[in-house]
Amino acid sequence: MNNDLAIKVENVSKCYRIGVKENMHDSLGASLLHFLKNPLQNYRKYRSLYQFDDLRPEQGEDRTDVIWALGDVSFEIKKGEVVGIIGINGAGKSTLLKILSKITPPTSGSITIRGRISSLLEVGTGFHPELTGRENVYLNGTILGMRKKEIERKFDEIVDFSGVEKFIDTPVKRYSSGMKVRLAFAVAAHLEPEILIIDEVLAVGDAQFQKKCLNKMKDVGEHGRTVLFVSHILPAVTRLCSRTILLNGGRVQVDGPTHEVICVYLNTETGAQAERRWVDLKEAPGDEAVRLCGVRVRANDGYVSETVDISEPLQIEIEYEVLQPGHDLRVYFHVFNEEGIEAFLSFDNDSAWVKRPRPLGRYVSKSVIPGNLLSEGRYFIGPTIRTENPSIKRLGVNDAVAFHVIDSMDGNGARGDSTGNIPGVVRPLLKWETQFNPKEAHVEKN
Amino acid sequence: MDNRYGTTSSGNSITVIPPKSGWTMTGFQELKDYRDLFYFLVWRDIKTLYAQTILGFMWAILQPLVQIVIFTIIFGNVAKLSTDGIPYLLFSSVALIPWTYISLATVQSSQSLIQGSSMLGKIYFPRLIFPITPVLAKLVDFGISMFIIVCIMLYYRVSPTWNLFFFPLFLIMMVSIPLGIGTWLSTLAIRFRDVRQAMPLFIQMLMFSAPIVYSASSIPEQYRFLYSLNPIVGVIEGFRACLLGFPIPWLYVWPGMVTAALLVISGTVYFKRMERIIVDVI
Repeated sequence: MNNDLAIKVENVSKCYRIGVKENMHDSLGASLLHFLKNPLQNYRKYRSLYQFDDLRPEQGEDRTDVIWALGDVSFEIKKGEVVGIIGINGAGKSTLLKILSKITPPTSGSITIRGRISSLLEVGTGFHPELTGRENVYLNGTILGMRKKEIERKFDEIVDFSGVEKFIDTPVKRYSSGMKVRLAFAVAAHLEPEILIIDEVLAVGDAQFQKKCLNKMKDVGEHGRTVLFVSHILPAVTRLCSRTILLNGGRVQVDGPTHEVICVYLNTETGAQAERRWVDLKEAPGDEAVRLCGVRVRANDGYVSETVDISEPLQIEIEYEVLQPGHDLRVYFHVFNEEGIEAFLSFDNDSAWVKRPRPLGRYVSKSVIPGNLLSEGRYFIGPTIRTENPSIKRLGVNDAVAFHVIDSMDGNGARGDSTGNIPGVVRPLLKWETQFNPKEAHVEKN
Repeated sequence: MDNRYGTTSSGNSITVIPPKSGWTMTGFQELKDYRDLFYFLVWRDIKTLYAQTILGFMWAILQPLVQIVIFTIIFGNVAKLSTDGIPYLLFSSVALIPWTYISLATVQSSQSLIQGSSMLGKIYFPRLIFPITPVLAKLVDFGISMFIIVCIMLYYRVSPTWNLFFFPLFLIMMVSIPLGIGTWLSTLAIRFRDVRQAMPLFIQMLMFSAPIVYSASSIPEQYRFLYSLNPIVGVIEGFRACLLGFPIPWLYVWPGMVTAALLVISGTVYFKRMERIIVDVI
């Protein structure tokens, strides 16, 4: 193994046996009878859970009682690299983490790790409600692999970070759940391994505490430590990791620079997409007056795309068919971010059609959202059409399409050369000017 | 820098995670590296056992004490079992204190993996810590309840003899019983939950298989070797001899010592063989 490598994963596969089928009985009596009649069968059944010897990846695919959670995964991670692992549920992320943390062994293949490793698949493992905060810090710390002396040295820092100083000698069962999480995370944040493996532990705590944790984690990365970070929170991955591995169906689908991998991920992800069509007009949203035919998001290059660069404009297209002539239409869309906060709403203000009765036919309303307006993250478009006089809502589709705004951090965006977390729903690039006037300061002094 | 996971002792430890392999006996160094964790887990077990109780550690004395009194009344005064001339109170307390330790530690050690299953799936540390922790934690209760024996000995004016020299030997033998059974049963309990159902029966059988309420001398001589294969027999006979100053009945002791040693060795080997796949089956 090369000296500059921290982790080397070679052809790792993992299979789980799920093949214990329960026999179905339609009454309690029948199932009791079954239990009485078949102790030997039960023995064989539960015993089989332990036997993997006959399994090989190549022949296992067609067996119904096993699941290959990982298949032939290989990658290398250099010292000091901060690598993200993403993928939909069931892609094998957790299994990979468990194998790297020595919790479960691979079925085949091997892993070589150089350096002291700590893994955080959960915060507060081993916390006992009857013990005080102080005792739990020690217990949890040693469970995570720290030495008693090490914890003693960092104890004040840990308590300070958690913000529960006042209650440190109170049993943890009297803590609020937030306090518990903060204390647990404070212990975890003070681990000093050479390699740190983190599952989505950040999905806990309030926004402010999450931010504190993200910053702490960023520190860890910057101190030359190797970090493996598994998360669904894409902005966090973008911010922390320079490289990302996308798992799909237990295999490495892409491995490369984070923003490229996230593009691939969002393009293959199921769920809301950048384009939606309704081919059968009878099934389409709307009523007898107007129906929606399609909605799409186009990136600056004119192609339909789930990902757009933060500094580039994008186009929203709403296609609809007017089925009754003579209505005055009002076409608009809502923009929601991931947290469900409405970023803005925009009306079709094309003077050619405002307050004019429309003839029958198909229309496409297009609107351009400028670059350097939306913040990083995922957005959902909700197109709506009303007819005026009287005002009647004809259709409205929540989250019809979605797109992802990505900050490639090339220095041209609003963030400049900053790499930290920038709050806010919008991120406009504003014009700034600073005047320097030494004379006036001098005058004021007198 | 600690070398928790490694096989080399330089600053840069290297861990190799191979696919599961059957028989491994490595990793005892690892247990030593985790001694701080042992300390805090044992501390947790002790502290939480009596948390929010009025009597606290008094329970460690009260439980065996009540049992001793009941046994003395029923077996000593009502059933009038033979005790080779020892007052029944003295006879039963010297046996019941180690027996209480053995039974409690065995039950808890056997259930340790199932009880710790949530932790098993979230973090790695040497799995042997699970069954060993209750074996150590219960020693504290044992130590406290030894106070009863001392009081009863003072009451009957039994003075210590040179036999006490052998006492540590029987302590080790006593600890090895729950350790051996616990490593076996905790692993088996993962695969077959029958273990938990059978546990009370098993403990009850163990109790009557040992000379706790009756005297070992009431067993016919031709069965003595078979009888003494049970290590609990040796522990209790040893305790009686050491504390009350009888000659140590080695004939009752050494077969049990061999069994106890075999139990610990085989249990550890079986545990090490199974420990890596435990989490997939639990």
